[in-house]
Amino acid sequence: MNVIEASGLGKRYGRTWALRECTLAIPAGQVTALVGPNGAGKTTLLNLAVGLTPPSAGAVTVLGGRRAGSPAALDAIAFVAQDTPLYKTLSVADMIYVTRSLNRRFDQPYARARLDELGIPSSRRAGKLSGGQQAQLALTLALARRPQLLVLDEPVAALDPVARHDFMATVLAAASADGVSVLLSSHVLTELERVASYLVLMSRGRVRLAGQVAGLLAADGQASLEELALAYLRAPGEREAGQPETTPEVTG
Amino acid sequence: MTALTVPARPDAGASPRPLPWRRMAGVTWRQHRAALAGMALLLGALAVWLWRMGVPLHRAYAAAVACHPAASAACQDLVVTFNSSADGHFMGSKGPGGVLLQVLPALIGAFTGAPVLARELETGTFRYAWTQGFARWRWALAKLVLLAVVLAVATAAFGALVAWYFQPYGGASPQVPGLFENSPFGDLFSLRAVTCPAWTVTAFTIAALAGLLIRRVVPAIAATLAAYAGLAFAAAVLLREHYLPPLVTTAVSLPGASTAWAISQWSTVNGRFAYAGDPPLNLVNQYCGSGSGAKLGPPGAVFTQCLAPHGYLQWTSYQPSSRLWPFQWIEGGWLLALSVLLIAATTWLVHRRAA
Repeated sequence: MNVIEASGLGKRYGRTWALRECTLAIPAGQVTALVGPNGAGKTTLLNLAVGLTPPSAGAVTVLGGRRAGSPAALDAIAFVAQDTPLYKTLSVADMIYVTRSLNRRFDQPYARARLDELGIPSSRRAGKLSGGQQAQLALTLALARRPQLLVLDEPVAALDPVARHDFMATVLAAASADGVSVLLSSHVLTELERVASYLVLMSRGRVRLAGQVAGLLAADGQASLEELALAYLRAPGEREAGQPETTPEVTG
Repeated sequence: MTALTVPARPDAGASPRPLPWRRMAGVTWRQHRAALAGMALLLGALAVWLWRMGVPLHRAYAAAVACHPAASAACQDLVVTFNSSADGHFMGSKGPGGVLLQVLPALIGAFTGAPVLARELETGTFRYAWTQGFARWRWALAKLVLLAVVLAVATAAFGALVAWYFQPYGGASPQVPGLFENSPFGDLFSLRAVTCPAWTVTAFTIAALAGLLIRRVVPAIAATLAAYAGLAFAAAVLLREHYLPPLVTTAVSLPGASTAWAISQWSTVNGRFAYAGDPPLNLVNQYCGSGSGAKLGPPGAVFTQCLAPHGYLQWTSYQPSSRLWPFQWIEGGWLLALSVLLIAATTWLVHRRAA
């Protein structure tokens, strides 16, 4: 099963194409890193995948053919948007209540236990929590929905190193212990080095490279994800001549 | 950090049944309790105020009405007392309090309606709300309907209180010389128990749609107040008099005296149309004597009487005060239809819109 399948997907805002001709198939069971500089179209692709925005061209389905944004899709996808939006005036307990009410599944004991472990008091207002705690709260609410696919948009961009580490540890635990597929975007490569098993490289609204990290590294002869990405992002023009627009996935 | 694991998930394959609507009640309450509390506080304070000022007003009115014989000096004193208390009254329809009451439905509707969607769009929380398992159009519809119903109930009660407060001005009791007799179709028509909730809900639904389109709370409130003012003006000046075909009379003083709402006046001579409104000057000079007629005062019985022997007949179209409640329901009805339309449009746009 593919968690994301896009064919000819495009999104235009006014005259600008934020994303174009995106054809992609991300298999399940991976931690996928969506990497690219600011303005590459990462957020647009994620918004299309969770159904927040309708495509201007092409189509995208999730979790084995469910229409993006459909009830069946949203039932099994948890999305944590950039800057982890929460209702700042609601208490942590109210955020739990609201999330539980809006979803078919919600593992309240799990959410409580995790927040206790993190030392986040349930009576505190979400807006009064630190940045790291807000991110952890948003992630906890997302995971308590028991999703098949967890989508994170620039989840750690605003966090300090310790909070980053803790956040990614939670994500990895969910991915490895519970088999949750993860799709996360970032413009910082170093933090993804350890976690990503699948890479989608984007720049200027196009997918430049997609495939299993191990396979890509072997095929390109690069030592690290960072070098590989830099090689593609530095000289996209030269690469495009020899490579197809969207590299077929490397099965591994 | 220990790995607290997520329990195995149940098999998710089939198309899910929608989540029950009732779940939105608690969600809506938690998110909007501050706005609802603010509204309750405002309405409560105004209600206490109206009550405290209304009791002595009703007492003075009752004393003036109950006094016998009505023409006696003592009774006239009571009438003067009531009139002077009512005349420059702070809460009178032209007083500052009365003006505040006029804009109350617009304020309540705009301040509760605009944040419903605009706040989500402004702060980015729509990315949270619209990616949960509760379909986003159902989320929007449930919120709008729930809040509209709460607003309607609260403002209906308040409208009943306003109607009670202004009762002494309405001349509902047997005629006492000198007492106020205002038409119920006047300034406060839109603040009664049917129209007050109807206008409030209309303002609320305008504000919700404006919030979705403008995406910012404060500009959405401003846009709502502007749209509301236009709509209220159109209703008062253009629509209201046409709710039912007006009655026509040739009586000089309208049946129901001054509580009826005179729409227009015209005169005929020998069955043919002569003039609309006031008689032309030459006619007055010709028939009503040069002395008194040259002075162009307000139109009135004087002219009508002196023109009558020459075949002139004055017609007046009017809405009797007995039509207050039919008119209330007609206005409430079309405002409700408009609100339903606005909620439907908003819900559809939430379903369709590009984020």
